Amino acid sequence: MNTSLETSTKTLSAKEPSWLAERRSAGLDQFKNLAMPTARAEEWRFASVGKLSIDNFNPVAAPSSATLDALTERSNLVSDRAGLMVYVDDAPANFECIGRELAKQGVIYLPISEAVEQHPELMEKYFLQESTELGSQKFFGLHAATVKAGAVLYVPKGVEIEKPFVNYYWTSGSRAAVFPHTLIIAEDNSKASVVDIFFSETEENEALNISVSNIHAGANAQVFRKVVQDWNEKTVSFQLDTTVADRDAQVKNVAVNIGAQRARFENQTRIEGAGADVKMYSLTVAEGAQEFDQRTFQTHNAPNAVSDLLYKNALLDKSRTIFSGLIKVAEGSQQTDAYQTNRNLLLDPSADANALPGLEILANDVRCSHGATTGNVDKEELFYMMQRGIPQRVAMQLMVFGFFEEVIEKIDSEELVENLRQLIHQKFSSKIS
Amino acid sequence: MNHSLEVRNLHVSIDGQAILKGFNLTVPKGEVHALMGPNGTGKSTLAKVMAGHEDYTVESGEVLLNGVNILGQEPDEISHAGLFLAFQYPMEIPGVSIANFIRAAKQARLPEGEEINAIEYYKDLYAKMDALKMDRKFTARSLNEGFSGGEKKRCEILQMAMLDPKYCVMDETDSGLDIDALRIVSEGVNHMRSENRAFLVITHYQRLLDYIVPDVVHVMFDGRIVHSGDKELAKELESKGYDWVKEAFATASA
Repeated sequence: MNTSLETSTKTLSAKEPSWLAERRSAGLDQFKNLAMPTARAEEWRFASVGKLSIDNFNPVAAPSSATLDALTERSNLVSDRAGLMVYVDDAPANFECIGRELAKQGVIYLPISEAVEQHPELMEKYFLQESTELGSQKFFGLHAATVKAGAVLYVPKGVEIEKPFVNYYWTSGSRAAVFPHTLIIAEDNSKASVVDIFFSETEENEALNISVSNIHAGANAQVFRKVVQDWNEKTVSFQLDTTVADRDAQVKNVAVNIGAQRARFENQTRIEGAGADVKMYSLTVAEGAQEFDQRTFQTHNAPNAVSDLLYKNALLDKSRTIFSGLIKVAEGSQQTDAYQTNRNLLLDPSADANALPGLEILANDVRCSHGATTGNVDKEELFYMMQRGIPQRVAMQLMVFGFFEEVIEKIDSEELVENLRQLIHQKFSSKIS
Repeated sequence: MNHSLEVRNLHVSIDGQAILKGFNLTVPKGEVHALMGPNGTGKSTLAKVMAGHEDYTVESGEVLLNGVNILGQEPDEISHAGLFLAFQYPMEIPGVSIANFIRAAKQARLPEGEEINAIEYYKDLYAKMDALKMDRKFTARSLNEGFSGGEKKRCEILQMAMLDPKYCVMDETDSGLDIDALRIVSEGVNHMRSENRAFLVITHYQRLLDYIVPDVVHVMFDGRIVHSGDKELAKELESKGYDWVKEAFATASA
């Protein structure tokens, strides 16, 4: 990838303001100067870094219009929405912009390149300014240097939007590298909801994803982001997500992880205002030789705030999951409620779930807990269900859905929930036997 | 065809320890038999073995439904063959609603490719819940999770009524029930009594048999039936206590 990288970064920068060119160039340096992760690094503990190769992937030319149309057609998980963006291999495929009413209120929902042109000050303040610091800095650098696809949502003070903005990021071409970006800025007292969906065109197209998402929630803002990751199993994926929550902000993240051969997921939450409330929920179905590597960091830099993380993983076959989470409560962040829970359900004895929960507390009046459990399917529950005539395969599926229900019920859209159930059902209807 | 639940000379052990030692029993359709006996005598083992629980080793013997041996079949196959076990301690299944659970059980009885009729299903479910005085809101609740003892047992009877089995084995259904719940549960069972159905009611106490009046009462001790009689036997047991059984039959079984 290195050879064409300089040129493509320069080509992008040529038409962009200098602050962005500088950020790209800094990103490129970061990518070049940082070494590839090694298994010895704590941040990559338990991950199969030896198999991590990004060299064979490159940004690819825009797909044919037939492909763009076909994938737009398939971008149908959420029909009731405030706006839609569809990208295929980082090329724009479809864009349903916001209605006149929202535009009049000052809402911005634009592709990144247009947002940079039309709202340079806003973008200079927020774009590529937050990144996770959990081990993937090298890959963030590459993202910053090459990002061109993505959605920017800006909701001004006091504007509340009920319907979600839906962004699809598809891969299609051979060995395509994609760098999707979702930037959400919710000003004070505003309300916004976003669904990011990662899909592959076929089961076969190999791809590399390095995506970044940043949420900035202003005072008393409400942000709800749902992420559906269902890449094919030929995809190597890095999702680097951050949330910054100001005073009394309420942020809810729900991630549904189904696909990819290897999926690294980093989530960094910074609480910067008193009374903020951030929820992070995730469910993962791992099967075959898939590896899901989840690293999270909850930082409380203000008092009276809540952060609550619940990651649930169901593992089949020889799949692996890694959960490593850290809660850090800064000095003076009194009356913090911070929770971190990782639950793993092993459906096959050869599956492997690793958990590394952690706490670092510098305040003295806090409620913090962390816990990880890994268990097998309960034999007596299975017997009970089978005694009612339910075949073992169906009983196991019911149990897995039951296990996930706690996370699924957080998703407020019936339609999306139903579609997600279908995706999960498809994934292991043939797998559990 | 032989219309009965028949257990023939059943020997069962767990971890090398014999629990059932030549158990024999025949419950014809249309009859309710009660199986009574002191704790640890093998009543619950019998129930689980009949339902196909994998923890037990069947040394010899048969369990016949309509003359067909079901031992060795998977629990779901035994269920489809017509045997229903109301559990002494029903399992809690987090995240699986009552409605979805029973629906999956009914769906499993349909031929491949045939879908359950949702409207009729709910009509049937609600009617049976009403009869058991269960709040309809329960359909959306996780199966048995956080239920009281009485609610769990009513939920067992609901499942039994919905699945319409020909052979009902009820394991200590009365345990943990107050008198009102006992009456409701018993009404549910009595409502299901018919020429086409057999019941084996396993209980430690005579009280249940005031409500579900049995045709035959068996006394079990040390892995086999030691005495059988009519409903009066249950009352006799109640007044004399299980020590009487131990004294009367310990020597015989030694």
